[in-house]
Amino acid sequence: MHELPVTERILDVILSHVKRNQVRKVVRVNLRVGELSDLEDEWIQHYFSYLAKDTEAAEAQLVIERVPVVISCNHCSHQFQVDIKSLKEIQCPECGEKKGSIVSGKEYYIKDMEVM
Amino acid sequence: MEEVKLIEVKEDILSDNKIQADELRSRLKSEKIFLVNLMSSPGAGKTTLLLKTLEEIGDRLKAGVMEADIDSKVDAEKLAARGYTAIQLRTGGFCHLDSNMVARGLEAMDVPDLDMVVIENVGNLVCPAEFDTGSALNVMILSVPEGDDKPLKYPLMFTVSNVMIIHKTDYLALSDFDVKLARERARSLNPDIKIFEISSKTGEGIKEWTEWLIQEASNHNQ
Ligand SMILES: Nc1nc2c(ncn2[C@@H]2O[C@H](COP(=O)(O)OP(=O)(O)O)[C@@H](O)[C@H]2O)c(=O)[nH]1
Ligand SMILES: [Mg+2]
Ligand SMILES: [Zn+2]
Repeated sequence: MHELPVTERILDVILSHVKRNQVRKVVRVNLRVGELSDLEDEWIQHYFSYLAKDTEAAEAQLVIERVPVVISCNHCSHQFQVDIKSLKEIQCPECGEKKGSIVSGKEYYIKDMEVM
Repeated sequence: MEEVKLIEVKEDILSDNKIQADELRSRLKSEKIFLVNLMSSPGAGKTTLLLKTLEEIGDRLKAGVMEADIDSKVDAEKLAARGYTAIQLRTGGFCHLDSNMVARGLEAMDVPDLDMVVIENVGNLVCPAEFDTGSALNVMILSVPEGDDKPLKYPLMFTVSNVMIIHKTDYLALSDFDVKLARERARSLNPDIKIFEISSKTGEGIKEWTEWLIQEASNHNQ
């Protein structure tokens, strides 16, 4: 259920580009979503297909590329990728520091769309 | 066959909300209203802690409450019964609030001389983390029965929160919840997070948290 509001926004953005470019049909939409997002790809697609039913994007396939979580070490500024789902503690591989700030992994970004 | 064209979109889906949230934040700053966003899983104790906090604050701040929790009709009534300015937001089964809904809620409250407004957000750790409400302070409650591994399961929530409250500490003796580990896990995602340990049942920690909150409100409203 949490996927619904984000999916609505994806559709809004797509439809605004559909209008501007006089698109007849949207085939694919390429998205970049941060690994920190708890939303499930499959449900985003389900909701999308449902919401887009009577629009030019009804048959669009959403292709979601997950953006890895990258942390910048607070101590030595080394940037490293973490596997957030592994439930392991975050620690800088260079200096062992356990504190860092997030560089990427939070995004919800529409890259482009393939249309006819 | 028809040709497929590529259209560059390059749009951040949440950017509209972020922009509106930033606008609301700066407006509330100039109007000297401290907006606090309270988030947690259902049943972690948002309403209970809120009541305790308001009680402890007494008349030191003029506070209002914006209720969005699902079974919250009861909660807004509870608050109103105690003489607080409280408003019920209709989220229509929505799983979070965005800054637009909050702005409309503030209008409906129509109390210009409030020092602080607390939002009781919808009870879950997923969507409220994604949508900026325009608040000056994000507070998340982690209750002891939920377990100390929540920061690992819902990392985004812990990165957007300024404060984590380890709540229902009266259960600590009965559980294997490791406070030190929960603190470390939250801090590794968000080194600046401020952490309080509170039991709304025994009153432990309420005073320290409330004094801190009042100080934050007065810094904000200067
Ligand atoms: N033992 C204990 N129970 C609490 C505490 N705070 C709240 N509760 C109980 O937890 C339940 C849910 O609290 P509520 O405030 O409605 O949670 P909300 O859904 O987050 O608003 C209620 O039965 C409360 O009495 C606490 O500090 N200790
Ligand atoms: Mg509640
Ligand atoms: Zn380092």
